[in-house]
Amino acid sequence: MQHAWLIPALPLISFAVTGLFISPMSKRAAGVVATLSIVAAAVCAYALAWEYFTAYPAGHDHPALVPWSYEWLRYQPGLTVNVGVLVDPISVLLMIVVTTVSALVHIYSNAYMHGEYGFGRYFTFLNLFTFSMLGLVVAPNIIQMYVCWELVGVSSFLLIGFYYSKPSAVAASKKAFIVTRFADLGFLVGVILLSYWGFKLYPDWTTQVGAAQNGLSHVQPVDFAYLNHPAFLEQFAGLGATFIGINLLTLAMVLVYMGAAGKSAMFPLHIWLPDAMEGPTPVSALIHAATMVVAGVYLVARLFPAFAFSGTALMVVACVGAFTSLFAAVIGTTQDDIKRVLAFSTLSQLGYMMLALGVSTADHAMGYTASMFHLFTHAFFKALLFLGAGAVIHAVHTNSIWEMGGLRKKMPITHITFLIATLAISGIWPFAGFFSKDEILASALGNGHTFIFGVAMLVAGLTAFYMFRIYFVTFWGPHRTHGADHAHEAPALMWMPMAFLAILSAVTGFVPMGQYVSMGEHEAHHGVNLAIAIPATLVALLGIGVAAFLYIGDGSRATTLAARLGVIYQAIKQKFYFDELYLFVTHKIIFRNIARPIAWFDKKVVDGGVDASGWITRTSGLLLSYLQTGQVQTYGLWFTGGIAFVVLVLWAALV
Amino acid sequence: MTELLARFAPGLHEWLTLCAVLYAIGLYGLLTRRNAIAILMAVEIMLNAAALNAVVFNRFVTPNEIDGHIMAIFVIVMAAAEIVVGMAIVVSLYRLRASVDVNQMNSMKG
Repeated sequence: MQHAWLIPALPLISFAVTGLFISPMSKRAAGVVATLSIVAAAVCAYALAWEYFTAYPAGHDHPALVPWSYEWLRYQPGLTVNVGVLVDPISVLLMIVVTTVSALVHIYSNAYMHGEYGFGRYFTFLNLFTFSMLGLVVAPNIIQMYVCWELVGVSSFLLIGFYYSKPSAVAASKKAFIVTRFADLGFLVGVILLSYWGFKLYPDWTTQVGAAQNGLSHVQPVDFAYLNHPAFLEQFAGLGATFIGINLLTLAMVLVYMGAAGKSAMFPLHIWLPDAMEGPTPVSALIHAATMVVAGVYLVARLFPAFAFSGTALMVVACVGAFTSLFAAVIGTTQDDIKRVLAFSTLSQLGYMMLALGVSTADHAMGYTASMFHLFTHAFFKALLFLGAGAVIHAVHTNSIWEMGGLRKKMPITHITFLIATLAISGIWPFAGFFSKDEILASALGNGHTFIFGVAMLVAGLTAFYMFRIYFVTFWGPHRTHGADHAHEAPALMWMPMAFLAILSAVTGFVPMGQYVSMGEHEAHHGVNLAIAIPATLVALLGIGVAAFLYIGDGSRATTLAARLGVIYQAIKQKFYFDELYLFVTHKIIFRNIARPIAWFDKKVVDGGVDASGWITRTSGLLLSYLQTGQVQTYGLWFTGGIAFVVLVLWAALV
Repeated sequence: MTELLARFAPGLHEWLTLCAVLYAIGLYGLLTRRNAIAILMAVEIMLNAAALNAVVFNRFVTPNEIDGHIMAIFVIVMAAAEIVVGMAIVVSLYRLRASVDVNQMNSMKG
């Protein structure tokens, strides 16, 4: 366990070695080395999980350990920032998810990206991303979390803009970076608030909890162990200080949530994720479906006690999550680009996870378990969906589902794995999604959030509908184009990771998550709650039925229905015109009324002032240079005249 | 005759005026002549004015000392050395430019 630092370190070393030395020499070798390093990290992660859960078996207390840490910044005694590795159930869970999906995506990419320009660069960035994500997951304090958070953002930016000669990819990468950066501004303010008050209240806390006696003396004011400690939260929430009538704890947590919402693309910061699909498909699978976008969920889970202490902040999480999940599911039903449908589905499922966290309380934290469970299962089936979509795109050379069709016979393995993932996300027994979704629904209802439960139920139906819509259109029906007619099965290097993920999607639902990941006292694992599972399955089957009715065959029924719905259909298809709204706000209001006057001021006044000082110096120098004639006699004349003048002045003054 | 001469013997003022006039002539030459050799000659005149000044003050202020004379001899020696260096420069300048007109020596013009 003291070697846990290897898990983030391996990708980092590989990133440096691959990027600097191997990639310029041999592209193939870069891919192999990068892949092997991630596989090694995955093996380390499994060993760590094995060791941790053997030492603290299922159903027992799972302490948060810091087996390795290094003093990074020492500001003053009592305020030190460490880099370290935190080992607790959710970080172990995330390490497994990240390394597994990353390793499979690396393997898949070796085939998918074959012959692409920038093959070595691609694997270098992928390694950088994996390192940053693992660094984020193992962060024992909020500062390391923030640093890796930004690193993750950068590597996402680099990978979305991988095809940098394509203007749309460049625009998408900029959009993703700016939107998440904007959200991170809130996170940063939250971090500053938390660490400022954390540091101020720290001396009281150490005496109050008897840190020295209870072995907490190593805990620093920025550590999660401290920020989540009830004694600290009580002091912090009890501060008289408020900001525009909001309790400081609530304010800090809402600001932190703003960062989480940006990374997890919650409404209204969701606009970057669908565009992020401009990146290579394996990148979408790894970053924009399975790992990076769940960083927001992970952050909320990591600070869950603090969120739970401020009920208002948690309510914000729940409402935003529920709304996003419905909103994205509705849009997902109308999109034509297979990757965009999956992107909206990701948004919707992230909303689900947020919702599950939001409906929990410190006492009844089943939603916390459910959220982590759904994160775990979703990572596998969503990565599989993306890899499947990638295989299809690779074969047909188009993203539009209406140019595919009939691929069931041409690509049997892709078809089967895609079907398994689709069933899993729709929540059909016995696939993984069924169990995690059931637990989320049960936790929403169990804590009395009936309305949110209803929304979640509706979303479950919509999910089944839009997923089977793309499934039927892509894999059934006639070959709609020449490309679909000549499609061929993906190479082994691509279908093997997919098959592995398909197995995971099918079986991970049986993991007794409640035994491993829980908050507060142990609630007995409910198993499958039939009163919820049966209606949920019926709703999902209804969604599948509607999709089958509309889209098996030539799709004319769907066209008629769309025409009937008219304006509403158009509004949904255009994503409720949110992109246009943001463009209007940024271009017509912010750019015109704020940015342009500032630009004018900058050009005319600031730059003008600098230019003027330069101009004055130049001109005066030019004028003075006429005095330097090169004639020593002229200088002598000036010299003589000057002395005469000085003598006259002295004479006038003294006599 | 001697008395007549003694009556008109120049005093301190006359001698100093002579020095000033010599100095002014030298300065005028230094600033206006275009020929480098003429400028050196003008410098010699100015040096002689200064040497004469030293002798005059010695004669009228401390007649029993010889400081001013020694100063004058120093000035003469220094002037000889200066003219050697100056002429050497002028000769090499002439070889370089085929001219000793200082108006053409303006390569340091700004």
